[in-house]
Amino acid sequence: MEHVLLRHRDIPNLKKLEVYREHGGYEGLKKALSMTPAEVIEIVKASNLRGRGGAGFGTGVKWSFIPKNAPETYVLINTDESEMGTFKDRELTENNPHQIIEGALIAAYAIGCHKVFNYMRGEFMDAAYAFEEALQECREAGILGDNILGSGFSCEMYTHFGAGAYICGEETALIESLAGNLGQPWSKPPFPAIEGLYKKPTVVNNTETLANVPMILINGPDWYKSMGTPQSPGPKIVCISGHVERPGNYEVHMGVTYRELLEMAGGIRGGKKFKALFPSGGSGPIVVDDALGAPLTYEGLTPFDSVMGSASLVFLDEDTDMVWATLKVIEFFRHESCGKCTPCREGTFWLDRVVQRIYDGRGTEADIRLLQSIAGGMKGKCLCALGEFSISPILSSIVHFLPEYKAKVAAAKGGKVAQPAAAAAVR
Amino acid sequence: MLREKYGKEIDALLARFPEKKSAVLHLMHLAQNEYGHMSDEAIREVAEICEIDPTHVLGLAGFYTLYYEEPVGKYVLEVCNDLACALRGSEEFVEMASRKLDIPVDGTTNDGMFTLKTVMCLGACDRAPMLQCNLKFYENLDEAKFDNMIAMLRMKAEQGDDEPSVVERIFSYMK
Ligand SMILES: Cc1cc2nc3c(=O)[nH]c(=O)nc-3n(C[C@H](O)[C@H](O)[C@H](O)COP(=O)(O)O)c2cc1C
Repeated sequence: MEHVLLRHRDIPNLKKLEVYREHGGYEGLKKALSMTPAEVIEIVKASNLRGRGGAGFGTGVKWSFIPKNAPETYVLINTDESEMGTFKDRELTENNPHQIIEGALIAAYAIGCHKVFNYMRGEFMDAAYAFEEALQECREAGILGDNILGSGFSCEMYTHFGAGAYICGEETALIESLAGNLGQPWSKPPFPAIEGLYKKPTVVNNTETLANVPMILINGPDWYKSMGTPQSPGPKIVCISGHVERPGNYEVHMGVTYRELLEMAGGIRGGKKFKALFPSGGSGPIVVDDALGAPLTYEGLTPFDSVMGSASLVFLDEDTDMVWATLKVIEFFRHESCGKCTPCREGTFWLDRVVQRIYDGRGTEADIRLLQSIAGGMKGKCLCALGEFSISPILSSIVHFLPEYKAKVAAAKGGKVAQPAAAAAVR
Repeated sequence: MLREKYGKEIDALLARFPEKKSAVLHLMHLAQNEYGHMSDEAIREVAEICEIDPTHVLGLAGFYTLYYEEPVGKYVLEVCNDLACALRGSEEFVEMASRKLDIPVDGTTNDGMFTLKTVMCLGACDRAPMLQCNLKFYENLDEAKFDNMIAMLRMKAEQGDDEPSVVERIFSYMK
């Protein structure tokens, strides 16, 4: 299959402007600049491109929320990419930066923005070098700055670095962080489209989302919708990691099944059996083998009470201790909770404590119910989705793997504790 | 001192934003690169440049994990130990690194050369075990590669390591 996003795998040196242009680069921008902003938004709407940052919101619709003729607006590229199991935006940034820049410029033109920031996690500073070089090439070629490609449209673009905080991927926290504040979300409304960066109308889009845009302009919405399913059209980069033979990014058309994806990655490592899948990094409920036949689409896992999210698939083999795996994930959320709202700050702290004690062999049957009760108390009450994310691995692992929890508390009663030696040593 | 050394870059950075405060995270990266950690002096300088209260900068240093509030070794080894990496051997890797450097996690070697830390997901789960050292990624690691890496870093340090850091390279793009 020819790639639409990971095109650098087909075309050597695609990160160079010259090569990118030889392969149709910036033709999508040219086409956009020959239209009105409203026409550009209509095309993106018609393609039904949906956000790749996890929530799946219609990209064209999002752009259309920006008030017309607002004097100052912003486009923010979200390259915070800190979800466990996610590593797609980094590959794009390092290898296909111009496609991101082109997509962001089209977004900027569509909403009348003259300054774009690409918010990257600080840990990507080395990877970002390719992006900085691409920006520099654009400035020299008249693709950034004043009067872009002679169109009269002017726009600048800068990289901005975070400093190690998962929460800054949440759009309002990202905006706060860019303004120099603690990266803590606010309760919407106001929505960023009305009051965002510096209180100006702002669009936040995921890196991969924007990388879809140039080709939609060039080839049209019908071409785009010929890939994937009616509700989830287009290509998608799927990050596959964990116990598989060949971890990595796989670009597919949405609608392939999770089983097919596992096969693409060479199956479970060492010929072992599949046990469980975290389909959305740490942020989505765990699923088991009955869900493997489901299609990878925004709705595909709904019957299994889970979500596609950013399509970060972490596969676990038959030998995995599920209480341990759940502990790893809740530790992440406890660490990354920003501390602003009480349910998430206190809830993730206690969930971590209780899973830890069950894992350590100090738990009781009542602790399992306590986990469910803490999670229930958090549900729907957190300021942002981080708190909601944090309860999903807990609740789903209890649903699917209750006997493992019970075995741990039973062993605790009998005084003998079984746990992998390595895992214990690190803590 | 930052001003003297990076005046041009700092001005270019500040010009990007309508508010100076937006430059704070970048300047903290630069200050940490210069001073090794967010020392009082580093915090004061950043606050002055951004025209904000030093306590605000201190708060940011506590919030964002890439800033060190205490002195660290010359090379900070941050091993990703999240679930995806742990499924591919990161916990055993941390144990090995800790044994070889003869320091616990969060410890610094006596010669001040290495600090070992574990961190949350670094976005390189397909290349685990992996670590970040002074913002550079080292991926698909094993014991032999780790030994090699440590030996190389020691050698570099002895020769006075004058290679520009990741932060310095990025700041060279501020114009
Ligand atoms: C805790 C949390 C972390 C998030 N992290 C990211 C991220 O790293 N990258 C991203 O694009 N979106 C992330 N999001 C989603 C953003 O809030 C936002 O929906 C997205 O950037 C919108 O872009 P899209 O419409 O193109 O998907 C996160 C959301 C939450 C609640």
